[in-house]
Order: sequence, then C-alpha cells, then structure tokens
Amino acid sequence: MIWQQLLNGLTLGSTYALIALGYTMVYGIVQLINFAHGEIYMVGAFVGLFLVTVWDANLAVAMLGAMAVCMLLGVLVERIAYRPLRGKSSRLSPLISALGASIFLSTLMALIAGVNTRRYPAVQDVGSYALGPVQLSSMQVIILLVSAALMIGLQFLVAHTRIGKAMRACSQDLDASALMGINVNRVISYTFAIGSALAAAGGVMVGVYYNAVWPYMGTLAGLKAFAAAVLGGIGSIPGAMLGGLTLGILEIMGVAYISSSFKDAIAFGILIIVLIIRPQGILGEKINKKV
Amino acid sequence: MRFLEQWITQIIDPYYLRIIILVGINIIMALGLNITTGVTGQLSMGHAGFMSLGAYTSAIVSLKMGAPFWMALLAGSTIAAVFGFIIGLPALRLEGDYLAIVTIGFAEIVRVFFLNFEPGGKAVGLSGIPQETSFTLVLLITLVVIFFTQRLLSSRLGKAMYAVRENEIAAEACGINTTHLKVLSFVLGAFLGGLGGALYAHYMYYISPQDFDFMRSIEILNMVVLGGLGSIPGSILGAAILTILPEMLRVVAEYRMLFYGALLVLLMIFRPNGLFGDMRVYDLIKTRRAKGEKPCQS
Repeated sequence: MIWQQLLNGLTLGSTYALIALGYTMVYGIVQLINFAHGEIYMVGAFVGLFLVTVWDANLAVAMLGAMAVCMLLGVLVERIAYRPLRGKSSRLSPLISALGASIFLSTLMALIAGVNTRRYPAVQDVGSYALGPVQLSSMQVIILLVSAALMIGLQFLVAHTRIGKAMRACSQDLDASALMGINVNRVISYTFAIGSALAAAGGVMVGVYYNAVWPYMGTLAGLKAFAAAVLGGIGSIPGAMLGGLTLGILEIMGVAYISSSFKDAIAFGILIIVLIIRPQGILGEKINKKV
Repeated sequence: MRFLEQWITQIIDPYYLRIIILVGINIIMALGLNITTGVTGQLSMGHAGFMSLGAYTSAIVSLKMGAPFWMALLAGSTIAAVFGFIIGLPALRLEGDYLAIVTIGFAEIVRVFFLNFEPGGKAVGLSGIPQETSFTLVLLITLVVIFFTQRLLSSRLGKAMYAVRENEIAAEACGINTTHLKVLSFVLGAFLGGLGGALYAHYMYYISPQDFDFMRSIEILNMVVLGGLGSIPGSILGAAILTILPEMLRVVAEYRMLFYGALLVLLMIFRPNGLFGDMRVYDLIKTRRAKGEKPCQS
C-alpha cells in the first residue's frame, strides 16, 4: 500500500517538477515569478488534446507538437509582457504584468475551447504491470520515463552546451554577462522557450493521466509548482526537481493517510513549515545581504 | 445619517450605488495592503485570506450568535489582525518572493479550511447574512481609514516604514526596529483586510470560499500596484479604477477578463511605477513645493 502511494506520489511529483523547472530557470535569470507559466502548461495540455482529437496524432507527436507551440508562446509572452518592463521599474510591475498575461491566456483559452472540462480520448492502452507489491500503469511508466529523460536532457544542456554556459553566467550576474558579450535577451528567450517546453510536456501527460483538461487548470498547478520550486530553493535546477518530487509524494501521502478534503492545503502547509526552518529552501544557497 | 442614506438611495440608481459601495470596501482593503506591501515593502499576495477571515468571522458572529453589527465588524477585523500577526512572523526571516509564496499559501490554506468548515457551510457558503453595510457607513469608515493611514504615513512610524522598504539594513543602522515594524505592517494590513471582508459579507448577504480565491488577492494587489506603491491617493484611485473598469467592460460580455488581463499588461508597460508612485495627499495639494523634496521615491 505505502509503496503504491509512493509510486503515485512520484508520478504526480515528476509533473510538478517539470513545471517547477520553468519557474526556477526564469527566476534564476531575471528574478521574476512568471505567473503566466501555469497557463503555458494549460495551453500545452490543450494543444496536445487538439492534436490527438483532430489530427489523430499519437502521444509522442502530441507531446512534441505541444512543446513546439508552447516554446513559441513562452517566447512571445516574454517579448510582449516582460521585455518592455525590464530594468526600468520596481520588481512588482513585471509581476502584475505576468498576472495580466496569465488572466489573458486563461480567458482566451476559455473563449476558444469553452469552460467545460474536456477528456482525452484513449491515446494510450491502459495496461498495467505488477511490480512486486505495486501496480504500475503504462501511463505512469511513460510519465516517469519522459520526465526523467527531459530532466537529464536539461541537466546536460545547462552543464555542457554553449547556451547552458551562457544561462549559468546570466543567472550569476546579468550585467556582467552582457559586458562579456553574451546576448542577454537571446539567453532569456531561450530560457523561456525551454521552460515552456517542459511545462507543455507536463501538461499533455497530466491531461492524459488524469483524463481532464480545462482552461483554469493552470492556476492551482502553477501555484503548487511554484511552491515546489521555492521548497527546493528557487533558482536551483536540482532544487526544483527535488522540490517537485517531495511535494508530490507528501501530497499523495497526505491524501491517503490524513484527509482528501485538505489536498490543496497540504502542499502549502509543508512549504510554510520548511521555509520557517530553512528560509532559502532545501537546496537554495544562502545569500548574505550586502550593505 | 439616516436622512443622508434615504436621500442617496433615492437619487442614485441601485446598480451604481452598489458599485460605489464596492469601491469604498475595496479602498479600505487596498489601503490595508498598501501599508504592508506599498509602504513597508513586504510583498503579500494573500490579502484575500485576511478578507475571508474577516468575512466569515463577522458573518458567524452576527448570524449564529446574534451579536450587533459593530461587534461583528470588530470581531472580524480583530481575528484577521491576529492572523496578520502570525503570518507576519515568518516575514522576519523571509524576503521578497519567498514571502510572496508563503502569503499565497496562507490564503490557500484559509480557503481550503473554509471549504471544510462546518459552521461556515462548507463549499456552499453562508447565506442570509443581515445586510447592515450601508452607503453612509462605508463612506464614513472609508474616510476614517483614509484619515488614519494619512496620519500614520506622515508620522515617525510611517516614515520608518518607508525606510524599511527602501533599505532594511540602513534603516536598522539608523536605530529603527525593523522586526517590530514588519509585523506591525502585517497586523495593520490584515486588520483593514478583515474590516473590508466583514463589510463585504454584510453587504452581499452571501459568502462562499470561492469569493476569496487567489484571483481576489491579485485584484487587491493590482489596485495597490496600479495606483502606485506607498501612495494613498494611488490606492484610492487604483481601487476605484479596478472596481469600475470590470463593470464597464460588461459591455464586451465574455471578452471582459481578456481585456482586463491585456489592460494590466499595457498599464504596466506604460506606467511601470503605477499612476501615482509614492505620491501623497500632501504632494497633490502642494505639487510644486513637493517636487524637490520627495524623500521616498524609488
């Protein structure tokens, strides 16, 4: 029983981690909570749904299509709503702009697709495998494998490529990076593109796994993923992965052993407790204030 | 007072009167959040949590215990202020966006709590709350709140709060007790949030946990940021605009929220510091003299 819950938690947690990565990468570079990120995840789920129902695409094609569309969308949101504000105002105005973009996207999707919850057709045969004491459904296998592959890919990209190096430089000091000849705007666009693609992959898989997609699904998922990013230490990529998995597992455990009606409060309760004990998050670096 | 009320309800269309009353309630809440976020610089994105505590407490006090209205208002705002104190404590160790997510989390926990709270009617909500909030009362309370925040911000205490926002370390070096001020700013903000919530509950007859979700917190924050952080006229104007604007956008029916979202983005692009960044009542009156001596411009 506990192993089964652990597995379910791991599945949920890896989708949180995928979304949280987008928050943490953007935050690491421009110190902005990208509140429109939850909506990008929602759009990803819808694009996947569109490809599957209208074009009869299989899951892999749907996921790649959603990732491509959301990459463009993420870059577009950054261009329109964040770039004009960069460097010329307090840190709160980009935040409000992000919230505006988030409201805009979710309403737009509600107008296009209607407010009702939609269901994915059976794209994936729901076989399940017995693995010792646990039942592993094929969708869970896909979520775990795809998330792991994407996270390893991201880790490789950040650690071993030119653009990854530029990202790390930008997250340390944006101005100094610009002085060293890094095209900062391009790096920021790449960051938004990568983060959005990860969220879109998460969106499609969650849509298939829970068999429900609706225009306002991004808000709560986005908030929880942001909580996961902060839990792990915002700005840290391994932190977002760890935070997402921790939150997913603890949420499932809380539902199974405490109460299901407090499901949405569990994640935030854990977050507050952890932050009071360790204000910089689990893997976050402590930044000493400079005078 | 009763005469004024009768006169007002006769000459103003009920629909407009309703909007005016909601503007007043929103001004009270925006001024509260302005103290926490605008003046002291502690980003709070969970003001709806305080509002809902105020609304539910006052509704239960007047509905289930039959207490008089003023007692319900006081109970609602006091409970909210107590939670403001509790939520202010983590603020001592957390900064900026970490604090933001804690306040979001707090508001979500409050919402989920009321979803499961038996005396609050769970997800259905509470209905049949006596409609005690009248135009004159809201007008009176709004004026009193504006007066007190105005006095607060021009006092030593208010200036110390601005100093905490501008530079915490420098403020501390000047002998300001930043710990005390941060918690105080949360308590005051929460008190006004709770007061607004209590007035709201006694105006709407009916409250449910969905009235106080994340979007509500965002609406109040938008009012403060749009008006201009730390500015009383700004918060008043921001509250008025963002209450009236959605009503005017009813013309475009289902495209309403689409316009609202797009307008927020555009306003921030063209007025990144809000309409009146840090402008005070004093500055509005003596614009020319104030130009050279605004101490708290960021």
